[in-house]
Formats: sequence, C-alpha cells, structure tokens
Amino acid sequence: MARFDSLLDACGNTPLVGLPRLSPSPTVRLWAKLEARNPTGSIKDRPAVWMIRAAEAAGRLRPGDTILEPTSGNTGIALAMVAKLHGYRLVCVMPENVSAERTQLLRMYGAEIIFSPGPGGSNAAVAMARQIAEEHPDWVMLNQYANEANARAHYESTGPELLRDLPTITHFVAGLGTTGTLMGVGRYLREKVDGIQIIAAEPRYGELVYGLRNIDEGYVPELYDATVLTRRFSVGTRDAVLRTRQLVEVEGIFAGFSTGAILHAALAVAHDAARAGRTADVAFVVADGGWKYLSTGAYGGTLADAETALEGQLWA
Amino acid sequence: MSIEVRVPTILRSYTGGLKVVTGTGDSIADLLTNLDTQYPGLRARLITEEGGLHKFVNVYINDEDVRFLGALDAKLNDGDTVTVLPAVAGG
Repeated sequence: MARFDSLLDACGNTPLVGLPRLSPSPTVRLWAKLEARNPTGSIKDRPAVWMIRAAEAAGRLRPGDTILEPTSGNTGIALAMVAKLHGYRLVCVMPENVSAERTQLLRMYGAEIIFSPGPGGSNAAVAMARQIAEEHPDWVMLNQYANEANARAHYESTGPELLRDLPTITHFVAGLGTTGTLMGVGRYLREKVDGIQIIAAEPRYGELVYGLRNIDEGYVPELYDATVLTRRFSVGTRDAVLRTRQLVEVEGIFAGFSTGAILHAALAVAHDAARAGRTADVAFVVADGGWKYLSTGAYGGTLADAETALEGQLWA
Repeated sequence: MSIEVRVPTILRSYTGGLKVVTGTGDSIADLLTNLDTQYPGLRARLITEEGGLHKFVNVYINDEDVRFLGALDAKLNDGDTVTVLPAVAGG
C-alpha cells in the first residue's frame, strides 16, 4: 500500500536497492537505502518527526510554540516541514558556509535563519544556539545531538526496515554527524544480528571548518557511544566527490556528497570481505539527493576543481 | 620506519607552522613520543594526564580512527599516514 493519510505518514519505508555493478562479487553485495525518498528528501525526516512527536507527548511543545535548532541543513529542512504542518515557528542556527539551496529551502518552508560563523562549522552553530536558548527560555530546543528520539527514530524505523528487507545483512554503513543513525540502527541490529558490523563514515572537510581556537572547543554529540561502532573512517572531500560521481555514473543514483563518503567506507569493508573470501551483504545509507549541492559546481570538472569548490564548505 | 603526520591548524603552533611532519614509531604511542622530542608540547595536547587520547582529538591511521584499532597501541607500518583532527559535530 503506497497511499498515506498525510505527508508525515509517508516518512520512512524507503527502498533498499542492490548495486550489482559496484559490488565486488555476487557473494559480496552492496545495498543502498534510498533515504532521499523521504518527504523532504533526506534521512533527517525520521528524527524530525520523532523528535517533534516526543516533545509533544512530553508536553514540551504546544501549537504556536517556537522551535530552535542548530543544523547544517537537512535537519532544519525536515523540521521546517513538520513544524509547518503542526503549527510551530522554527528558528534555525546554521553555519554560513552551507550550500545556497539549503537556505532557500528553509526560507521557502517559512523557517527563520540565524547564521553562525563558518569557521568552527556545526560546533559554532551548537554553541550559538545554546546562547540564544538562554536568552529565550520559552523557545524549545530539540537538540538533535542529545535528543534520544533522534536515535530512537532509527532504532524503531530504519533498523527494522533494513532487517526486514535484508535478513542476511552483515555490515551497516552510515554517516557520522549527530550519530543518531548509527546509534539507533547500530543498537537495533546488534540486538538482532550476530556478528553485525557497524561502520561510521565521517566527513573530513577542508581546513577552514576545523578552525577552532583550541582543542577544548571540540564537540562530541551526547548521543555518541563508541561501543556501538565496529570501525570508523574519516573520508576526505576528494574521495567523497569521486564516489558520489561513481554512484551516479555506474549505478544511476544521484546523491549528495555525504553519501559519497559513506560509499567510500562501504566499498572499503566490502573489498576487505571479498579479499578474505567471506560472503557479505553491506547496506549503506544514501542520506540525500544531489539537488541541494548543484550550486557548488562539484559534480562537474576535475576532482581538483571540485575539491577547491567545496573547500571551506560543510558538504555533508 | 617513516610516518607522515598531518597536523591540524590549531596545533601548528607546536610544529613551527608545518602542516605535515614526519615521525617514527611502531605504534601511535611511540609515534607521539617521537614527535614530542621534535616538537615539544605537542604530545600533551593530544594525551590526557590519565594517559588516554584527549576526548576532543581524533587520530586516524590511513583514514581509520585509531580508537577502533587499539587506540594508542594501534600498530603502524612504514608509509602509513596519520591524521590528527579536532572533533567536530555534523548534522
């Protein structure tokens, strides 16, 4: 049944598609979970719906309230859609170095944007949002980095969908941002599948993004629990762009750059399994489509051009 | 045994502004000890008084997080690249 009473009910149940051309062999297979097929086009619709429903159930949110959230884009866009349908005002604190499309989409959904300084990336947005929250005690900060409903969205939806569609799953690979996807899906699969490997792919941006004043200004999301993960990879801009292009060229999937980073890690573990002579079913997340990143120009030209175009940008 | 180490902007005050330095060692712990003789003070920015990796520091061998490879005991091979980065949020 593909009929739903409202847009929010159409969240989740995304397709899992095989990648026969990129898979190392018929016994080591790659599978893409197409999260771009959610209502606002990214995996973040799941935590947005879960976090708002949890806040409503707890009596923290009432119609007309203002939601405040630090976000580099997709969570903001997802929250903006849910907020519109549920009658909330949304204020997003967003780093100034994100793609133009994210700003346009947020404004289209009626969200207000407060820009945080580009150097420092999301860390700076989190810090600024905390400050603003203190000045506006009546605003509700859902705080995706610490909100258990973020991880629970994946524990209750993404994880069960993956196991239902791929009972032979051996590896799950996703991006590491708030850590919600990996914590939620990771915990679910660890409970159900013996020997499951949970692999994190973390974007490694250009240097400007790491321009913190000192190490103590670093940030690890409250949701993060390293024991859920098996391995964790840092993927640079060049590898992420290369894999993003390969995914569209070889398998026809047009994705954002964070997905390229995830695919890079998925291919690494798949080839490890193939070399070791093991069978494997490696599922990875296609976090969003490439539409929001076209203005970066990084889908064309040489890899070096793309790297330059994305320098200083939060591309994931 | 030669290991290339990429140093983040915020720690380059210890390396005389160098972005990439070279060190030696069979493990991350050995490498950091070696680097500290060349660039005094660097090790103390990465390792806590309790002897573990600083919470807000991530260290990678060939792009893989050393915390999942044995942390400071993670083994190094000639030609490996080590990257040091401060922890940043995504999302």
